[in-house]
Amino acid sequence: MMTYNAGHYDVIVVGAGHAGMEAGVAAARMGSKTLMLTLNLDMIAFMPCNPSIGGPAKGIVVREVDALGGVMGKLIDKSFIQMRMLNTRKGPAVQALRAQADKNVYMQEAKKLLENEENLTLHQGMVDSLIVEDGVCKGVVTETKAVYTSESVIITTGTFMRGKVLIGDVEYESGPNNQRPTLKLSNNLEELGFKLTRFKTGTPPRVISHSIDYSKTEIQPGDENPKYFSYETIDRVVEQLPCWLTYTNEFTHQVINDNLGMSAMYSGVKRGTGARYCPSIEDKIVRFNDKPRHQIFLEPEGRDTDEVYVQGLSTSLPEYVQHEMIKTVPGLENAQIMRAGYAIEYDVVVPSQLWPTMETKNIENLFTAGQINGTSGYEEAAGQGIMAGMNAAAKLFGKEPIILDRSQAYIGVMIDDLVTKGTNEPYRLLTSRAEYRLLLRHDNADLRLTEIGYQAGTVDEKRYAKYEEKKRLVEQEKKRLNKLIIKPSADMNKFLEDMGTHLKEAVKAYDLLKRPEITYENIESILQPDSDLPEEVKEQVGIQIKYEGYIKKAKEQVDRMLKMEDKKIPDDIDYNAISGIATEAKEKLKKIRPLSVGQASRISGVNPADVSILLVYIEQGDIARVAN
Amino acid sequence: METDTITAISTPIGEGAISIVRLSGPEAIPMAAAIFQGKDITEAASHTMHYGKIVDPATNEVAEEVMVSIMRGPKTFTREDIVEINCHGGLVSVNRVLEIALSQGARLAEPGEFTKRAFLNGRIDLSQAEAVMDLIRAKTDKAMSVALKQMDGRLSGLIQRLRQDLLETVAHVEVNIDYPEYDDVEEMSHDMMRKKTKEVHQEIEELLQVAKQGKILREGLATAIIGRPNVGKSSLMNALVQENKAIVTEIPGTTRDIIEEYVNVRGVPLRLVDTAGIRETEDIVEKIGVERSRQVLKESDLILFVLNYNEELTAEDKKLFEAIEGLDFIVIMNKTDLEQKLSLEEVKELAGENAVISTSLIEDEGIDDLEAAIAKTFFAGEIDTGDLTYVSNVRHIQLLKQAKQALEDAMEAIELDMPLDIVQIDVTRTWEFLGEIIGDTASDSLIDQLFSQFCLGK
Repeated sequence: MMTYNAGHYDVIVVGAGHAGMEAGVAAARMGSKTLMLTLNLDMIAFMPCNPSIGGPAKGIVVREVDALGGVMGKLIDKSFIQMRMLNTRKGPAVQALRAQADKNVYMQEAKKLLENEENLTLHQGMVDSLIVEDGVCKGVVTETKAVYTSESVIITTGTFMRGKVLIGDVEYESGPNNQRPTLKLSNNLEELGFKLTRFKTGTPPRVISHSIDYSKTEIQPGDENPKYFSYETIDRVVEQLPCWLTYTNEFTHQVINDNLGMSAMYSGVKRGTGARYCPSIEDKIVRFNDKPRHQIFLEPEGRDTDEVYVQGLSTSLPEYVQHEMIKTVPGLENAQIMRAGYAIEYDVVVPSQLWPTMETKNIENLFTAGQINGTSGYEEAAGQGIMAGMNAAAKLFGKEPIILDRSQAYIGVMIDDLVTKGTNEPYRLLTSRAEYRLLLRHDNADLRLTEIGYQAGTVDEKRYAKYEEKKRLVEQEKKRLNKLIIKPSADMNKFLEDMGTHLKEAVKAYDLLKRPEITYENIESILQPDSDLPEEVKEQVGIQIKYEGYIKKAKEQVDRMLKMEDKKIPDDIDYNAISGIATEAKEKLKKIRPLSVGQASRISGVNPADVSILLVYIEQGDIARVAN
Repeated sequence: METDTITAISTPIGEGAISIVRLSGPEAIPMAAAIFQGKDITEAASHTMHYGKIVDPATNEVAEEVMVSIMRGPKTFTREDIVEINCHGGLVSVNRVLEIALSQGARLAEPGEFTKRAFLNGRIDLSQAEAVMDLIRAKTDKAMSVALKQMDGRLSGLIQRLRQDLLETVAHVEVNIDYPEYDDVEEMSHDMMRKKTKEVHQEIEELLQVAKQGKILREGLATAIIGRPNVGKSSLMNALVQENKAIVTEIPGTTRDIIEEYVNVRGVPLRLVDTAGIRETEDIVEKIGVERSRQVLKESDLILFVLNYNEELTAEDKKLFEAIEGLDFIVIMNKTDLEQKLSLEEVKELAGENAVISTSLIEDEGIDDLEAAIAKTFFAGEIDTGDLTYVSNVRHIQLLKQAKQALEDAMEAIELDMPLDIVQIDVTRTWEFLGEIIGDTASDSLIDQLFSQFCLGK
């Protein structure tokens, strides 16, 4: 094979999707000379499935990525066509933003951003194999025989590895949306000793807007006063586009049932594992056959296109059945399908082969991030990408690894789940996966993570100063409210009774705000303050005071958890030498190689007795090693 | 290294004349002092032993006469402060002391945890390390199998049902959060949540009630006999004891110091408390006043109040009625062999809903009626003793109490109109506590429930 030397970089990122973007930018901003290789420069940050960013848990991840200096929040703020705050009638912990994106604008903005990034080189090319010497990754070789050497490599190939598109009984090797699949890299990873598995996901058909009869659907507008994902975005007027809601019915279900055997996923051929939370319409009909209808959201894919995404109709039925099926849906009777829905099967690196830094245990200086690790969703990919990029750079400069714990970020919850428990289906973040979700709010992502980003070098001075100012103002206002006394005058009680409460004796404003009936705005109007506190400071003060009791309780739980996280397991631990640990637990511990006793306790199959024994061993580790 | 204080019964249960409840940790001495009546043991020198009583601070009830050993760290087994409470051998009294210690905030020690602490604090050297690990393993496994054996199928079945109920409720809240646009399920409301938590709360309360009644069955009803001098209290005591010759002493060691008599009345075990005390009640009200005597009498589960059929109601009788108002009592009009001077109407009015019985203890009459009344008072006439034994494990009861507390926190949040995702935090905790009872703490269940209960996805 004739190859040529194409240069040396600190960090090479393979792929420029949502994980690759964050990895590349984070590494570059931390000062690494970074190369990003992508199959197709016109498809940077492409959204192969729904044209949407955010949602419960996921929207919070976008803000976490933003607080760490990532790009996803800024890109969607520039390209959204609709923005909604979800769960506004629920508590602050579960509120989150979701945006409909203009797909093309998102991609253009992404490419522009990468092109203008210092320390970052963008190049089109397919990586066929890795250069590995003595268990250390030293670069990549492309299809066109270019040899790039590097200090570390981050693979973010999404669903491209040995990708296979399935539509009815039609199947062909392909990445998403008929892009070229990555065929050789899987073999190379297997040769290097990685365990791969097959996952599956799917996407619905797209139809052309002017063939839809919107009068038969319900309008779903965006928020009147949209908020933004990024803490840096400056308010501006955006004309929003609505989405539309319609439903399947018994006729739709009849068509599906009649043709079920034709679906790629129901034809009896064994396939990769699909996610329960991203089911095809066939799955929904089979698993919940008593439901008379299912929701279908019609989402525009952008301003300059007429293509509409039919959310809820993900399918791998044959194309002709898709035509038949879609015509049964009110409003879609005459809908013209522009692209058929399909399922895609792809290779996944079993994520328990990773350290919590996203570096692989097998090969030093090799990282993987995003859908290749068995997750689903752009936001999950971005969260892993930024951590992989930061850690690759941190390692390069001899800095401490950056690992977020379960109380710091949804990103921490996700990565801990992946590397500790693995996953047997495409992993999606849900708020219920977080034990401390009251602490992991969308409103405080900056307070949680800006410091970490700043210390690492992904957050600049200006942004850091802004964060410090917010923190200062919040503390100052809390102190002020704790000093202000509100007296039970007649006027005061008249006002308070309208709110549904009243005062018997004087109270601190701070304590009055804790009452469920009282909001920060009420306090403001009572005190008639002169302050021009920014909205986000008021919001923060309101939440921190109102939920103080619950937040305190959660923090106590976190302290207990952290005690076990702080008990580090030495690298050279020999589990075989510890008598008393059950055999099954030993095997698991040897495989996962947890960094702390806390992580060990979360491995399934490691029970409390094993943890106790491990603890005893570690506490007395020095003596034990001498004896050995 | 460890910051919490642990406690457990550290002698083999049910064997030996003495049982020891051990506390270890930074709060061991203050915790023991809070429940100990006697010398101020916070000031006591290390490695000294003190006589006194364990008193339940919640009720001021004396639970046990004990010897307490104070050992200050680091020269102790665990190198922490240790208190050992030496109780009479019986399971009942020692369990009682353990419960009181737990109520002070001590945590129930895990199997082998004292040994583990001893090891972690460097008390045991390396040569013993392997043995310690084996011990932890063995104790944990044994405790697990014992715990499982101890668990009645009815209990685990009920707990599983309650957990499933809670899980469905939590999943419902979760689906509203994670899929706000999913319209197939009604938005969980505060009313629905209130109803659900109330149901589960009631069931947990019933379980705790069963535990309490079971405890009464094991320990006996603390029964006091009161009345003026010469109304026939001693005769009543003798009659009950003679009539029921089978003295219940299933629990070894409980009769070591005879201050109590155990009798079994139609399946209801009575513990005739403090015979000395009964003698003193002759002038108890005179001596210490109504309020204070009520406190003393409150410690009894049942009061047998003897009146003289042959005399009119005296002021002293009325004071006694006042002292026992609201408590469970049975009025016994004794000496029906003599002329009636007592006004039945007046007595019935003062007795309210409580039973009034006529006896002539000298002639052996009316004892049957009394026994029937005793049985009726406590079991509404129906006694199924087999049903009252399945919640008896201290650990289970402790966890049930914690579950109940967590649920009450949730219920309070509902009343405060907190958002449901906040309310749900404590509902989930309840679910976790109940899970600990049956040894099931798998956290993936919620996600599984979510996707089997609802049809979700894009």
